[in-house]
Amino acid sequence: MNSEPSEEPGTPQPPPERGTPVGRRVLLGTIGLGALGVVAAPTLQRVLEGFLGAAADKDPTGLTGLLPNGGGFRYYSVASSVPHKNATNYRLTVDGLVDRPKTYTLDDLRALPQTRLVKDVQCVTGWRVPGTPFEGVRLSRLLDAAGVRSTAGAVRFSCFDGTYSESLTLDQARRSDVLVALRMQDKNIGHDHGGPVRLYVAPMYFYKSAKWLSGITVTEHVKPGYWEDRGYDVDAWVGHSNGRDDEPTS
Amino acid sequence: MSLRAEAHTPPVNEIRRFGPVQRWVHRTTAALMGVCVVTAAFLYIPQFAELVGRRELVVRVHECAGLALPVPVLVGLVSRHFRADLGHLNRFGPHDRVWLRAALRRDKRRSSRPAAKFNAGQKVYAAWIAGASLVMLGTGLIMWFTHLTPLMWRTSATFVHDWLALTIGIVLAGHIGMAIADPEARGGLRTGRVSREWAEREHPLWRP
Repeated sequence: MNSEPSEEPGTPQPPPERGTPVGRRVLLGTIGLGALGVVAAPTLQRVLEGFLGAAADKDPTGLTGLLPNGGGFRYYSVASSVPHKNATNYRLTVDGLVDRPKTYTLDDLRALPQTRLVKDVQCVTGWRVPGTPFEGVRLSRLLDAAGVRSTAGAVRFSCFDGTYSESLTLDQARRSDVLVALRMQDKNIGHDHGGPVRLYVAPMYFYKSAKWLSGITVTEHVKPGYWEDRGYDVDAWVGHSNGRDDEPTS
Repeated sequence: MSLRAEAHTPPVNEIRRFGPVQRWVHRTTAALMGVCVVTAAFLYIPQFAELVGRRELVVRVHECAGLALPVPVLVGLVSRHFRADLGHLNRFGPHDRVWLRAALRRDKRRSSRPAAKFNAGQKVYAAWIAGASLVMLGTGLIMWFTHLTPLMWRTSATFVHDWLALTIGIVLAGHIGMAIADPEARGGLRTGRVSREWAEREHPLWRP
């Protein structure tokens, strides 16, 4: 009896010694792990944030800050370069639909009553910095000082990077947790964080807190700002906008 | 230039390792990957981000390079020689198991590292980097077209994209480091030819 498989003419035999397709398995396995990572990301992220946050406290090199979600702020600038301003050349103008347009120097702003808020900062891209102190002048105070006309409905912010802009409705702008901030993390705001003066809109995603604030213009209607022209929500309440459900910050 | 070209023309002791398609696929993929890595550094590392700014432009370049990354390989598929090399990379024989075991033991003796046209390390690298690039493409698209996917997906995709980017950066550095350490392997991808002696030493089971 012939137990060997017979060589039938016409049916091609698999070529000998082709080997196993391990490469394909590695490739598909990598893709599968990636998909699994997306599904498990919320859990993994929570665990890693806890671990890396603790590690960052004891890390003298600062290298943990470079790891994803290692805690801390990330620097985003939309302009190619941003001029540096200080107490001698910084000016903040308040104009538009107001009775008394005014220009403030840094010292003028420092002389006004200061409000300190300690809340989480939440970026729309996911990172969150817990318990960050901001200190500055309530925006409502500057608006009241300028005398907002009855036709006004919104406030527009411009920045000395020459590109960025933001808007709030008048009601949002008058909230007590919206500051023209001079200090952050109990230090004067440095250039990289939008200093010397930035907006701080505590209840909204951090893109509303425009850096390098140079102008406040009272207008009739809200005009979408820089990122909002690119698809972000204008009313950027943390946890209730941009398709996200983060815990509210204020 | 002409000297080097002449040095490589006599076929007496040289064998052909790669044709023009393989070389150009590698070259363009490497260039696109390079753009992805550099723009990623500009977007991600604060010191570089402060240096460059122009976030929107950098994002656009990063997106385009990432989207184009698989194109050279897809175009290369028209070539029979390229497909044959993909086959070599895909298929693992018994000798590859020996090679991987030796690599895990850090056994660098030639006799314990049998390899055909590609050694097992190169095969694993090729498969992994291809899969990882596709994961980066997928998560990148979720981050790019935010309106296409529901709520939490973008944050999750960002998480995977960030960590895999870091991993790819490290693995890529290893890949480049090994290439730097072996000028003749590099020459093989640049000119398409390698010396018979190198081939017999590094890839004893390869029958060109």
